[in-house]
Amino acid sequence: MRRVTKLAAAVTATAALALTTAACGGTSTESSGDKGAAIAYDVGGRGDQSFNDAAYAGLQRAEEEFGWEGQDIEPSDGESDADKASRLKELARQGYNPVIGVGFAYADAIEEAAEANPDVTFGLIDDATVEGDNIVNMVFSEEQGSYLAGVAAAKATETNVIGFVGGVEVPLIKKFEAGYVQGAKATNPDIDIKRQYLTQPPDMDGFSKPDLGKEAARGQLDQNADVIYHAAGLAGQGVIEAVAERDEWVIGVDSDQYEQKTLAQYKEHILTSMTKDVPDAVYGLIKSVEDGDPQSGVIRYDLSADGVALSDSNPAYREMTEVTEAVAQAKEDIVSGKIEVRQTP
Amino acid sequence: MTDGGMPVGTARKRPSRTIDTERLVLAVGGPALALAVAIALTSAVLLVSGRSPVEPYVLMVEYAANADIQVLIVNQATTYYIAALAVAVGFRMNLFNIGVDGQYRLAAMIAAVAGAAVTLPPVLHVLFIMLVAVLVGAFWAGIAGLLKTSRGVSEVVSTIMLNAIATSIIAFLVLPDQFGEQRGNNLTTGEIPRSGWFPNLDAGPGGEIYGFIVVAALLGLVYWVVLNRTRFGFDLRATGASPSAAAASGVDAKRMVFTSMVISGGVAGLAGMPVLLGDSHTYSLVFPAGIGFTGITIALLGRNHPLGIALGALLIAFLDKASATLDYNGYEKEIATIMQGLIVIAVVVSYEAVRRYGLRRQQQRVGEELAAQSGAHHQNLSKGASA
Repeated sequence: MRRVTKLAAAVTATAALALTTAACGGTSTESSGDKGAAIAYDVGGRGDQSFNDAAYAGLQRAEEEFGWEGQDIEPSDGESDADKASRLKELARQGYNPVIGVGFAYADAIEEAAEANPDVTFGLIDDATVEGDNIVNMVFSEEQGSYLAGVAAAKATETNVIGFVGGVEVPLIKKFEAGYVQGAKATNPDIDIKRQYLTQPPDMDGFSKPDLGKEAARGQLDQNADVIYHAAGLAGQGVIEAVAERDEWVIGVDSDQYEQKTLAQYKEHILTSMTKDVPDAVYGLIKSVEDGDPQSGVIRYDLSADGVALSDSNPAYREMTEVTEAVAQAKEDIVSGKIEVRQTP
Repeated sequence: MTDGGMPVGTARKRPSRTIDTERLVLAVGGPALALAVAIALTSAVLLVSGRSPVEPYVLMVEYAANADIQVLIVNQATTYYIAALAVAVGFRMNLFNIGVDGQYRLAAMIAAVAGAAVTLPPVLHVLFIMLVAVLVGAFWAGIAGLLKTSRGVSEVVSTIMLNAIATSIIAFLVLPDQFGEQRGNNLTTGEIPRSGWFPNLDAGPGGEIYGFIVVAALLGLVYWVVLNRTRFGFDLRATGASPSAAAASGVDAKRMVFTSMVISGGVAGLAGMPVLLGDSHTYSLVFPAGIGFTGITIALLGRNHPLGIALGALLIAFLDKASATLDYNGYEKEIATIMQGLIVIAVVVSYEAVRRYGLRRQQQRVGEELAAQSGAHHQNLSKGASA
């Protein structure tokens, strides 16, 4: 009986909604409490084997250490800044602190939410264009790590042809391309670099559809590329698969893909990975809030503090001393400022 | 895909009020039935997965009681409404403009560039940006119209392809080498000066409602008047119902196809304006995409009628925005997506069911009237004979 009336109420209220806009006084952003940290994902959400998962890994680590259960929320398709701002404010209202937006898409929304919630710390990954006392901008020098990937590829290739597969052609991924190309050319000026992007924004399939990555990688392999670097999130799995089928080398991205369980059957072909330490950045921010001394302002994660790095978990890679030495030398030169890496190709 | 109402051309006199009420019941019955079926099916899905079949609705309605969420819903509905009107213009003409998505994005992008490039007094500036958007949208849809009239290319195929081409053109134009500016990891077209902003309506604690909602409502009114009260509208509906019959009565069908495609595109061009003029004031990588496709759903749902579309837009926007709360309460917000899908299927099925029912009723009534008439006629005849 009660169910029926509830349903009836729901249906009538839905219809009535059309007529009663803004009739109610309250807003969804009132009250507060302490429930730990929350992250709001970019397109793709949890399970992208990449960026969003890395942020989640940081949250999980904090959950284990501090014993609360955080929140992680995915976006919906075609949403605007207002929806993102609403999501962040709602998380803050529910008592989550810090609230972290994954990806530059959250920039304007974070600015608005941070202004409305001065007591909550907001984290923003991959963007430093908006500022505030309670905003922490976590930015990474992807071009530096990618430079090392370029050096490794140029040293490891036998055909003198290497490849780059980018997910979606956005400025962020172009930083990967820029560093990679510069590193490879610096190592061998005559090297032939095949570059391809899978999709154009706002079509984000290039970060999520492995078949697109597979096709692009096969094309580059057909053109004699024997080392391919991918910066394509989940679509990069297709790249890894295609390269493994032809028994060549692939360079992973974001996390150490040699260690990733879902990729275990291809691991011997993963030469190295350009890691971006999003988990540590997220965990660091949460810890600072838990410790009562929240971070603030722009925090840059670069080669010098291993914010970005080239992994060496594949034993085959460690045995290639010529490659590892060149990479170590390049790293030293970048950290010392001898080499400046470009952010645009 | 034509209007589910009366067939065009049989502009017979309305015999009585009872039939009017019946038409109204039939018109409302379709969507109501569809909604009920969709809710029932969604509840079934919830039950099967071991959840409460009612709580998600209650949560969503409670969440939507907040003023700020209502503002989000109304703003989203404004955008949806314009996109759906654009689709509906095509539907009335039996044209399936799937290209609304590309048309509004390209229009918004170029209008944003143009708006940021010029300096004009307040009202003129907004009108200028809107004009650019309409022209770009009309131009992009016009290509599909031209291909259809000159080469017989199906507009379904050409508009889908034009969507992909628009995506690539935008991606090219938004680069810093062309018209774009890089801002962090984002690409924008630069901010439109304040004189080119459309003033928003203050909704108190809920935030601001897009002032463009007024334009959207006016568009709906114009759409209704033009279609139902002008020669052009009649020609358009006639051509949609039967191209050959319309041609026989002197309508240039090809011209109608082209014109309605251009109008559809022009309206589509405005779909990005609520966000552009009322909120973002720039076109960037995070500009909302995919609204054109939602517009198709809503035009179907609203039976191409401006009021129906308004209700449809509000319903879909409600499901979009209120579903956010499900994630916080242990449900998946995809429940709302399932519901949207079910609504579309249910709408198509129930409209067809209602249409057949209406047709049967009509046949029955005509049969009865004919029987009565011929009976009377017969009587008259026998009377004459006996005299």
